[in-house]
Amino acid sequence: MGGLPGMPWDFPWPFDRTYMQLALLAGIVVGATAPLIGVFIVQKGMSLVGDGLGHVAVAGIGAALLFGTSPTWTAMAFAIVAALVIEWLRARGSATGDLALALVFYGGIAAGVVLASRSGTNTNLQPYLFGSILTATANDVWTVLALGAVIIVVIAFIGRALLAVVLDEDAARVSGIPAGVLNTVLAVLTAVTVVAAMRIVGVLLVAALMVLPVATSRLLAPSFRATLFGAVAVGIASAVLGLVAARQWALAAGGAIVLVAAVLFAVAAVVSGLRRAGAQAGSLLSGPH
Amino acid sequence: MLNKEPALAAHLVSFRYGHDQVLDDVSFSVGAGEFAALTGPNGSGKSTLLRVLLGLLAPTSGDVELFGVAPAKLRERWRVGYVPQRLRIASDLPATVLEVVRSGRLAKQGWWRRSRAVDREAVDHAIESVQLTDLRARKLTELSGGQQQRVLIAKALASEPELLVLDEPIAGVDIEAQRLFRDSLVHLRNEHGAAVLLVSHELGAVADDLDHMIVLKRRVLFDGSPAELAGTGVSLGVHHDDLPLWLEELG
Repeated sequence: MGGLPGMPWDFPWPFDRTYMQLALLAGIVVGATAPLIGVFIVQKGMSLVGDGLGHVAVAGIGAALLFGTSPTWTAMAFAIVAALVIEWLRARGSATGDLALALVFYGGIAAGVVLASRSGTNTNLQPYLFGSILTATANDVWTVLALGAVIIVVIAFIGRALLAVVLDEDAARVSGIPAGVLNTVLAVLTAVTVVAAMRIVGVLLVAALMVLPVATSRLLAPSFRATLFGAVAVGIASAVLGLVAARQWALAAGGAIVLVAAVLFAVAAVVSGLRRAGAQAGSLLSGPH
Repeated sequence: MLNKEPALAAHLVSFRYGHDQVLDDVSFSVGAGEFAALTGPNGSGKSTLLRVLLGLLAPTSGDVELFGVAPAKLRERWRVGYVPQRLRIASDLPATVLEVVRSGRLAKQGWWRRSRAVDREAVDHAIESVQLTDLRARKLTELSGGQQQRVLIAKALASEPELLVLDEPIAGVDIEAQRLFRDSLVHLRNEHGAAVLLVSHELGAVADDLDHMIVLKRRVLFDGSPAELAGTGVSLGVHHDDLPLWLEELG
């Protein structure tokens, strides 16, 4: 079996098969875009919002299985509506927001399971819950590429202003930066990212790919900009190494990608700890005698 | 010809949370280029008034004007700089001094635009005016409380505001940091002609520089010059009848 049609060169092992090349393309895009969104949501103290939106996306998958619509676009519609509701609750500072979020999230996954069971194809939820990158079709990958391109272009356009909003939302509002609009755009992009990553790592693991590379990069990066690019690099490395491990040892690719991200975080934590210890020892040696 | 329009004006502003009357017919103004302080005991409504003045809260009755128009209708929002209490900045933010101050320039350069030479110069000048040039590449989290506060002032200065509003900026900051803070505000007023409204109950660091004092306890108790306030037996100094003690008695 050969590579992707039109490729001018052969890919080396383990990406010498078409399905692995499609997985590599999709993995790189999701590995780059999930942390790109994650760097802002982590800073807003909403690290688990991707997990919650993933739960709601399951309801969209269930509805798509029942009504015969496109799983991707139906999940997208569900996730975007949920993201807008969450942003509305957050902006209101509602005291009951936490409870309302739990209701939306767990109601979402329960609705997904029930709707899918009514469709008579309950097992079809599996690829969306845990990812199924190795069975992704060319059409799936083109969809991921298009969604990834949208996310990158929008973040390139609004990233600086989003930093001002996460720094201090009130100060941003006072200075005329449209914080409400930017927060809404970020919420929609988060939903888009969750759906783009759905086939790659699965909705139950998508939050990990949004948060772990950011946590890793933050330990070592000297600035916000470096944190952002570092997180993207860690996300891409996790996707590529996870796919290599999946091919080598016949592992579930989604789980392997997230485990690689967790290992990279552990390595960064050790390096950061050693660096801190070294700096402390240095300051003790050069201190007053 | 000088523009005589006040930088900020409140007309009979009232605000209530449920049945709790927080502000009652508050009126005062801060003139262009004036260095004013708004003070009052804890729970006097200072923070609520600040949010109303900045357009973050709508008053129950009365109205507010920034440069002669309602806050929502002010198109050149960069004319107002706002320095929040430092605790509102996330403690684990990985941003550098330069990145934080640059974000303060976005309102003037256009948040969707890339920085031009004039924007970079304004950011450099703002960092220099709070004497943090040597620390510009350091992360905010690596700085002391006083240094972080000066970063937030530089962030507000980066848009070259005509009115700077500061919320409890020197609470818990050491004496040297207070002196640098005072120098930054005096520089802003003297070199750039901007008005300053300092909301605080610690005014010792700027006592000699203030033009205007407003004392609030739900309504305006005093509105005049520091010299007029001293005439009532209250000074901004540190002896037994100083302002903090007087405010405590009011509270």
